[in-house]
Amino acid sequence: MLQALTAILLCQLAGETISAASGLPLPGPVIGMVILFAVLAIRKGVPKDIGAVGDTLLSNLSLLFVPAGVGIMQHAARLEDEALPVIVALVVSTLVTIAVTALAMKLMGKGRQDGPEAPAGRGQ
Amino acid sequence: MLPETISDIWVYLAASPLLALTLTLVVYQAAVWLYVRAKRPALLNPVLVAVAALVAILVATGTSYRTYFEGAQFIHFLLGPATVALAIPLYRQFEKVRKSAIAVVASLLLGSLTAMGTALGLGYVLGLDHVSLVSLAPKSVTAPVAMGIAEKLGGLPSLTAVFVIVTGILGGSLGPLLLDRLKIGDPTARGFALGTASHGIGTARALQESEAAGAFSGLAMGLNALATAILLPLLWALFA
Repeated sequence: MLQALTAILLCQLAGETISAASGLPLPGPVIGMVILFAVLAIRKGVPKDIGAVGDTLLSNLSLLFVPAGVGIMQHAARLEDEALPVIVALVVSTLVTIAVTALAMKLMGKGRQDGPEAPAGRGQ
Repeated sequence: MLPETISDIWVYLAASPLLALTLTLVVYQAAVWLYVRAKRPALLNPVLVAVAALVAILVATGTSYRTYFEGAQFIHFLLGPATVALAIPLYRQFEKVRKSAIAVVASLLLGSLTAMGTALGLGYVLGLDHVSLVSLAPKSVTAPVAMGIAEKLGGLPSLTAVFVIVTGILGGSLGPLLLDRLKIGDPTARGFALGTASHGIGTARALQESEAAGAFSGLAMGLNALATAILLPLLWALFA
């Protein structure tokens, strides 16, 4: 448990170091994710305790965004002025992005998995 | 007499991290309870309800965000290790990722450009000023990256953080409904779309659906951070 948490923090620390030293436009934890992934790939498996700690963190992932979310109270004045355009832009942009990405994955995934049964005659 | 004592106690407790930390945990768990009890309606997204309730409590008690964050930072800190831990579902599901590598890259580019393009286009048409526009454009990307990009292009990082969180809540709550409507049942497509459009909050939602959805969502979140960091400055140069 303690070892697993330490291992995860070490990956994050290495990630933060690389991020700061390299000027890569990626935050430390994302680089840390790549590092942990490489470690798991080299070990050819997820050690039990790392799996347990990771699953605990990830099953409560939503909670971890709450403190940052409460920060919205600091921007009340600016948001009041621009509330409508901002909300419209956020809602539409987010939903269109989800639709476009999911449809692209679905169409291209189809071609890969069951090519022969793809409907014929719909020229691109 | 009594209210005065209570407010004295509040002031005393609010000065230590314990109150904000405990309050966040209690309010969040109450929000989850409500969400499950009400049969998981999108609008009762636990992050949304918990944030709204906490803001209401802080405003009502005249507590500043800075004071609140002194306690809540212990929860906030865990975002880093949790992001690292996304490597675990990604590793477990990697065979699926490898098989759909081409679809992943192409969908990511399309999704990333759609996220930036629609935000800029709509924001412009609706009359947002330059600062708000550039703060809005990286909204689909995980907060630290989005804030860095916005700052580089002349936006307000803390405003970007708000847009990022709102985008996450929107994607996490309305996204699955939209995907149902579009009859997209494949967990890899669902997860990838949620992660591309709404970063970690979308990923949290995808993890609730399945490990495969969560793995693809975490992957999309990381890749879109990279894509947006590279593409947005180029797009903005064309746009501005």
